Amino acid sequence: MKINSICRSLAVALFGAASVFSAQAAEPLKIGMIVPMSGPFATYGKEMMNGAKLYIARNGDTVAGRKVELIVKDDAPGTAGDVSKRLAQELVVKEKVDILAGFALTPSAAAVAPLATEAKKPMVIMNAATSMLTTKSNNIVRASFTLPQNTAPIAIWAAKNGIRKVYTLVVDYSPGHDSEAQFKKSFTAGGGEVVGEVRVPIKTTDFSPYLEKIKEAKPDAVFIFVPAGDLAVNFMKGFQERGLGKAGIKIIGPGDLTDEESLDAIGDAAIGIINSFHYAPGHKSPENKAFTEAYAKAYPGDRVNFMAVGGYDGMHLIYEALKKTGGNAEPEKFVEAAKGMKWVSPRGPVTIDPATRDIIQTIYIRKVEKVGGKLQNVEFDQMVDFKDPGK
Amino acid sequence: MTILFDGIAAGMLLFLISVGLSVTLGLMNFVNLAHGAFAMLGGYVCAILLGNLGVPFVFAVLGAALAAALLGVIMERSLYCRLYGASHLDQVLFCIGLVFMSISTAHFLFGAQQQPFALPDYLQGQLHLPGLDIGIYRLLLVVIGGSLAWALQSMITKTRFGAQLRAAVDNPRTARGLGIPVDRVFTLAFALGSGLAGLGGALGVELLGLDPSFPIKYLVYFLIVVAVGGSGNIKGSLIASLLLGIFDIGGKYYMPQTGAFVIYAVMIVMLIVRPRGLFARN
Repeated sequence: MKINSICRSLAVALFGAASVFSAQAAEPLKIGMIVPMSGPFATYGKEMMNGAKLYIARNGDTVAGRKVELIVKDDAPGTAGDVSKRLAQELVVKEKVDILAGFALTPSAAAVAPLATEAKKPMVIMNAATSMLTTKSNNIVRASFTLPQNTAPIAIWAAKNGIRKVYTLVVDYSPGHDSEAQFKKSFTAGGGEVVGEVRVPIKTTDFSPYLEKIKEAKPDAVFIFVPAGDLAVNFMKGFQERGLGKAGIKIIGPGDLTDEESLDAIGDAAIGIINSFHYAPGHKSPENKAFTEAYAKAYPGDRVNFMAVGGYDGMHLIYEALKKTGGNAEPEKFVEAAKGMKWVSPRGPVTIDPATRDIIQTIYIRKVEKVGGKLQNVEFDQMVDFKDPGK
Repeated sequence: MTILFDGIAAGMLLFLISVGLSVTLGLMNFVNLAHGAFAMLGGYVCAILLGNLGVPFVFAVLGAALAAALLGVIMERSLYCRLYGASHLDQVLFCIGLVFMSISTAHFLFGAQQQPFALPDYLQGQLHLPGLDIGIYRLLLVVIGGSLAWALQSMITKTRFGAQLRAAVDNPRTARGLGIPVDRVFTLAFALGSGLAGLGGALGVELLGLDPSFPIKYLVYFLIVVAVGGSGNIKGSLIASLLLGIFDIGGKYYMPQTGAFVIYAVMIVMLIVRPRGLFARN
């Protein structure tokens, strides 16, 4: 008993000493990355982490004289804000991270935002896409996209290209509502008419009643926003089965729907969907070629997608901002350095908007086609330097 | 009319994915919440046989049912048989554990994404009759569901095995005394239940999708069908499924904003009117 307690205090003393030494030796730069690594959104987290790690592997693990250390925390399911918040607290208090990063979905980013302000840490969002997020803390910079930013272009494009009547179908949750509102706004401003709208529950498996309604309304196109995954797959299959495509109805929407991960599951039913998005793995540019090749080499078997690019660009933003501040990660300096930053990402040229700390980027209009036996989003039109219209 | 047909087809799908549970929970009185795990296994087996190995659809579905039945036998002999006498809470805890294990296993083996699944061409598309569009695959579901319900009902009420099973569940000691091989009857019945789960899972992939969260996602539906239908009654499950399917699809069509709740409203009303289920044994 006594020996035991002596051992314990000795161990504590040694451990304390060791941590003091290591702190003196070098100041590593710790980045706490909060992403879902298990549960329904596990692939999102994995791809984002792959992207971030690939950037570190390609650009060295030291920036401005500080060694970069990535600490990954699994906030599965990714939609529970309290889990993400608890992990962020742990990262700040226990691990003493300098920067918070990651965030696949809005609830997780929204829950951590007040903490970033309180703990005075910069927060780099690598995916979560609700427009208002950057207003939740002045320490937030977003390297991904916003939902209105990816929704408005398809509305503008549709109104210009002979689509007059649209039926909207969105999932009944806040990103769905945002997307519906933005589409209506941009589409009616362009002279189009929304002939019907429906919000479907997030647990919908059988779309047949909604599809019958759409069939009867005879619109030129259906605008849909549903999360990638089983809803997108089931919708497309029903759409195909009921011959809506043959009746001349087009499917348009933001590109989440035809994310490369779910394209294979949707199958050939996806061919012909027109969507707007900020990144396609088939994007033709030397930067993207280098990126996709390096990704395929580092993670054989995984398809690169927008999550990976979000992680990659988020890491680029962190590196470049730190280079400017000389390794100082205090939020005022970090965010100031990030504002107005320009670089050429695998997705194309991007800028961080100094006013909103959101990303300004080219949005591509794409069509799903079969290229070399594989379903791909093929870009055929674009809207250069498109700002988030949601704020 | 099309809506009515879609409702019937949706009901048949509900019936197909839940009928296995009517056997294990309803007949054997085991709260088998892991039912969805067997269905998921069926789904994955079918998706792989069909997609990766190019096996014809019919054999892929049968293979899925067989694989699930086989796993059912193994699980029953090794684990489930120890819990027949246990309280329902123990059974529930055990099954929930199994469900989580199955989710993680599926996640590890196949990843979190949706499985690609493409029906053969002859099952895709619709038949067009005046005033009625019939999805070919949905029609197939209705036919399979109907014949399965008839076959199961007659097996339970008319065959020797059905009688033995009912006797073994109601009073295992007396049944044993009469020379009924109770253990073997239970194993067979459990294999049947799991096989049906696998069959339902395989047939459901096309309309429900398939990812590792399958056993949890559709658990509510399995339970609604068994609760409304009355336990141990195939005919009850069938009629409950059809009613729920028709009301669900109709509700979503005529009242898109509130339609999603209709299925629960129907369940509540049915349970108030017939608390022991539609065709409960007294």
